Amino acid sequence: MSQRPALLLILLALPAGVVFLAFFLLPMARLVLIGASGEDGAAAYLSVLTTPRHLESMIATVLLSLAVTLAAVAVSTVAGVFLVRHRFPGRSTLVSLLTFPLAFPGVVIGFLVILLAGRQGLVGEVTKALTGDKMVFAYSMAGLFVGYLYFSIPRVILTVMAAAEKLDPSLEEAARSLGAPPWRVVADVILPALKPGLIASGAICFATSMGAFGTAFTLATNIDVLPMTIYTEFTLSANIAGAASLSVVLGLVTWAALALARNLSGSTVAAAG
Amino acid sequence: MMHNTLPEASEPMTAEKTAITLTDCGKTFADGTRALQPIDLAIAGGETVVLLGPSGCGKTTLLRIVAGLETPDAGGRVLFNGEDVTVRPIERREVGMVFQSYALFPNMSVRQNVAYGLKVRRVPREELTRRVDDALEMMQIAELAERRIGQLSGGQRQRVALARAIAVRPRILLLDEPLTALDALLRDRLRVEIDSLLRGLGITAVYVTHDQAEAMALGDRVVVMSAGQIEQIGPPRDIYHAPATDFVADFIGTVNRVPAAALAGWGDEVDGAVLFRPEDAEIVSGEGAHLRGRVASSLFLGDRTRLVLESDGLLPVVVDTRRRETIRIGEEIGIRLKPGHLIPLPSAGREGQTC
Ligand SMILES: Nc1ncnc2c1ncn2[C@@H]1O[C@H](COP(=O)(O)OP(=O)(O)O)[C@@H](O)[C@H]1O
Ligand SMILES: [Mg+2]
Repeated sequence: MSQRPALLLILLALPAGVVFLAFFLLPMARLVLIGASGEDGAAAYLSVLTTPRHLESMIATVLLSLAVTLAAVAVSTVAGVFLVRHRFPGRSTLVSLLTFPLAFPGVVIGFLVILLAGRQGLVGEVTKALTGDKMVFAYSMAGLFVGYLYFSIPRVILTVMAAAEKLDPSLEEAARSLGAPPWRVVADVILPALKPGLIASGAICFATSMGAFGTAFTLATNIDVLPMTIYTEFTLSANIAGAASLSVVLGLVTWAALALARNLSGSTVAAAG
Repeated sequence: MMHNTLPEASEPMTAEKTAITLTDCGKTFADGTRALQPIDLAIAGGETVVLLGPSGCGKTTLLRIVAGLETPDAGGRVLFNGEDVTVRPIERREVGMVFQSYALFPNMSVRQNVAYGLKVRRVPREELTRRVDDALEMMQIAELAERRIGQLSGGQRQRVALARAIAVRPRILLLDEPLTALDALLRDRLRVEIDSLLRGLGITAVYVTHDQAEAMALGDRVVVMSAGQIEQIGPPRDIYHAPATDFVADFIGTVNRVPAAALAGWGDEVDGAVLFRPEDAEIVSGEGAHLRGRVASSLFLGDRTRLVLESDGLLPVVVDTRRRETIRIGEEIGIRLKPGHLIPLPSAGREGQTC
């Protein structure tokens, strides 16, 4: 092998390298340094554990993201497999509608949640007519959950549908011929085949939920998700070091979750059966 | 560990063999495709029946109706030993299936694949291990037991699929072109093994193929199909030597069709055509030739040489000879038909449904 292709490759990769360095690595390094520049020094990184407000915020964000991820994966798996398996009038319209939320910024999604479950929302009207009590959950954890779920489902459902298209129907038929009832076919054939896609899209879903800001901002809930806390530290308290350290911690936690997922999907084969 | 053993799971293979009866089984798919005309078919217990026909003629559809993966059109019925199983789903029909694509579970090892049906049936562990070992042994893949499916060759995969299907001791074994994806040498070896496997188990088997050599070698009876219909049912020899329709005559082997009037000294029945196989004509020098022609091509096949003769006004005639001396292209030779070895003229109608 000659060196020229290698040289060419390096040259071609140069722009990407420059961009990576200038817009990614340098600001990140800066952020890490700023995080440690406050009066607490490097201890600012522990504030997520030591400051109760930060700790609560972190726990709430992780729990919310986990719940959203699990719900989105469950709902999308069922819906995605169904959509691939059944042809009916309006199917393609429905599929494109399902991917609609991808185009919305968080603000719009927050707005939609308010329209649904806010003080003048649809759910409120209906529950008032039925029970006399107005149900309002837009500004609580439930409102956040609904909003996050709304923008998470399309990300997962598209992956599930792509994987479900590729399922080999003869595998399911073979399992059935061996006596497997439908639930075993799902557990032994369909889910193992979808697993890598579910883990990958679930990881994306988790990461997006961890960092989502617009929805939480619009709903102005009483619970602070971590991005909201960072925003507050930054703008209201002018605690630049605190905001930076929280940002770094948020990034690390999300990155760890993604790495874990990559590991899991890599070892699916070994873990199965 | 569960111990509620199902009785049929632990008993040795039942002596009773399962006969299959199909009555009026047609299939029209949702998109309007008429894959199968309503047909009747009776398969005796322990018999191996081969469904043979060109691609798209409905073989797989018929097999899937027996399996319970498709339901026949209204009016069609599937009986196992006289019991109506038309609406019984495949998971309760106790049929083993082998697919062209192997259909092995990629997330399980060879052993786990073969054990799957027994695990589903909650067969106790020691018995499960023993029966999996037996099945692996029978297909000569015991040393592959711990391999992953991705590490196997095509031939090995099909052996695993066969072991998996027989491990549960099904009433009926259904095989859909199991050898089509393999190369020629492997195909021959595995065909011989499948043959002895089916004889050894004495199980009722339906085997789908588009390969006539496979059909001839494996079938107790062969069902020749075309365009969703049965053309002929019979033992391989009958199919080969007495095709019931023109389609069967042309589909199975090579057949020559010569007008009787063109044959010198052919007696009085000079109208109509005479049909014969390439191996049922001999080359004669001098007198007594029924037909003379120029050798247009000569193909040495080892055990015989296949000649194509051209004579004026006739379709090319194919003749096999075991003579050792080379016959040159362009040479003029005479052939003599063996009168007892002619193919009776297929009737225009179908006589397939007589079984
Ligand atoms: N699920 C289906 N929907 C519509 N048409 C089908 C379906 N399955 C098979 N067919 C059609 O039915 C005919 C018979 O198919 P098949 O039984 O698979 O033939 P073979 O196995 O002999 O090649 C073909 O024309 C095929 O295209
Ligand atoms: Mg087929």
